[in-house]
Amino acid sequence: MTSRTPIELLPGHANVSRRGFVGGLSAGILGAAASEAAGAETLADVPDRGPGAELSAHSERSRFVKLDRIPEATPGKRNVDPGNAINSKTPHQKLVGNITPTDLHYERSHSGVPDIDPAQHRLLIHGMVSKPLVFSVEDLKRMPSITRIVFIECTGNGWENWKKADPDLTVQNTHGLVSTNEWTGVPLKFLIDLVAKDRSSNWMLAEGGDGAGVDRSIPLTDEILSEAFVAYGQNGEPLRPAHGFPMRLVMPGFEGNLNIKWLRRLKFGNAPWMTRWETARYTQLLADGKARQFQLRMETNSVITQPSGMMQIQPGYNRISGLAWSGHGKIAKVEVSTDGAKTWKQAQLSQPVLSKAQVRFQMDWVWDGKPTRIVSRSTDEQGNVQPDRQSFIAAMGTNALFHYNAQQTWSIDEAGRVRNVLA
Amino acid sequence: MFSHRKLLLAGFLGAGLIAAPALAFDFGRPATPAEIKLWDIDIGPDGKGLPDGGGSAVQGKQIFADNCAVCHGDNGQGGIKDRLVGGQGTLASNMPVKTVGSFWPYATTLYDYIHRAMPYPTPGSLSTDETYAVTAYILSLNGIIPADGKVDKDSLPKIRMPNRDGFIPDPEFDPAKLFRKK
Repeated sequence: MTSRTPIELLPGHANVSRRGFVGGLSAGILGAAASEAAGAETLADVPDRGPGAELSAHSERSRFVKLDRIPEATPGKRNVDPGNAINSKTPHQKLVGNITPTDLHYERSHSGVPDIDPAQHRLLIHGMVSKPLVFSVEDLKRMPSITRIVFIECTGNGWENWKKADPDLTVQNTHGLVSTNEWTGVPLKFLIDLVAKDRSSNWMLAEGGDGAGVDRSIPLTDEILSEAFVAYGQNGEPLRPAHGFPMRLVMPGFEGNLNIKWLRRLKFGNAPWMTRWETARYTQLLADGKARQFQLRMETNSVITQPSGMMQIQPGYNRISGLAWSGHGKIAKVEVSTDGAKTWKQAQLSQPVLSKAQVRFQMDWVWDGKPTRIVSRSTDEQGNVQPDRQSFIAAMGTNALFHYNAQQTWSIDEAGRVRNVLA
Repeated sequence: MFSHRKLLLAGFLGAGLIAAPALAFDFGRPATPAEIKLWDIDIGPDGKGLPDGGGSAVQGKQIFADNCAVCHGDNGQGGIKDRLVGGQGTLASNMPVKTVGSFWPYATTLYDYIHRAMPYPTPGSLSTDETYAVTAYILSLNGIIPADGKVDKDSLPKIRMPNRDGFIPDPEFDPAKLFRKK
């Protein structure tokens, strides 16, 4: 038995053991465990115990754990200078569970991250209301609050694979623009009652306090009226600046761009404003040259994160794990195919399964060492099924840029190398 | 008196009670018309919100050269950021070029966006007339208005953009149908 054997049993980490430790830190979540295992063949090799570091005001990750988002630009524009990045992607291949660590929640902004002093931040609510009001952050914190775990997903999530599949992409590259956090704030409905909105107003403009003043028109459907909220809390603490400090709109299940960050204005009206972001930007160009507009809801989606792009597996037992989510509600089931979508087996879902939140799925698998393709497909409680690539492209063309939710396939070659492919 | 009532209300909330609607108006403070005007910058597709003033493409050419060309290129193309000109006829091809001229459905959005977000380092720094002038210049580069054309709050909403009919609303959130039942 070599010292590498225990590592090679861990799915997705054989690349560490095979290459030794040179450059191996980019491997999966268990990279740290792998190095420990390699360094301690018997229990006698485990270092002696002793007094540790002093307690601190703020805990950092272990020096053996390296977790980073990666700033990127448009499809194919990777490894860009941070000054040219337009988003920063979550390292799903290194994460476990359902909740994204706060500092790794994906980030997308249109004019950088403003440095806002909460004492000087104000939210103006006006338009078709009886009582236009101005609120401070402290005003919001005094109001009745709700706390909810939801995913937020950039409509550009998946956009690397519209036209082709670069084989060297990780799941961070392909699906790093969705994350799940717990958010705390004030129900939109409570604010609407405060300003006494005119009953005939059924559209709302939400505007950010960033340099671009990002603004979107939001239809006040019953669903949105009952679920939207203005958040000031994120995973138990104030929002991080990258995610909208000191307040943002949270729109469970809807386009990330609607979850306006650095929120400073809500205006009520009776028609959409046709802002730049809902006309020129977040509309989906179809094959016939027409663009689909107001496709506001995020679709039923899933992706295998373990093993995933650029990992390497060994024959034998492998545990497949991934994330599923839907803007329509709860995930009902996730099926996984390990034979290129010929046959499917239902995966286990980690509990609880929450509406409009990511859920972890898992499945045991024994790989026979032959080249194959693995793929997941999710079904939500409304019966929406994540489409296969072929039928998805048949409906959307390859120019849409946004709202890509086709099934993600990973190919595995005879050496166990996992690569991004279209199907 | 105001702050005293706020204190009382905070006490209720601290006790875990949901604020009664009768107390609800006690949050925040009234917005004055003057301060609303400062922030009320959105322009609707019908031109609602457009200010008085105006500008010509001829005036806009220099303003564009001074403030916009560094990112968008001398004539609205070839720059490091979004291309603003050309692309007509490409939307159904394998390499669609989405610009103001080929893709944007409303000219009013152009004024709104320049005013709220541009120039990138100093958003909102152009005057009303300068914003109209740059709007006119970009429209003229796309052949939508003549090279000596002008725009103002009356003419801008009347401009019919080439791709005005290029958008199909998602059935679930079609503004024309969404709230009809109510």
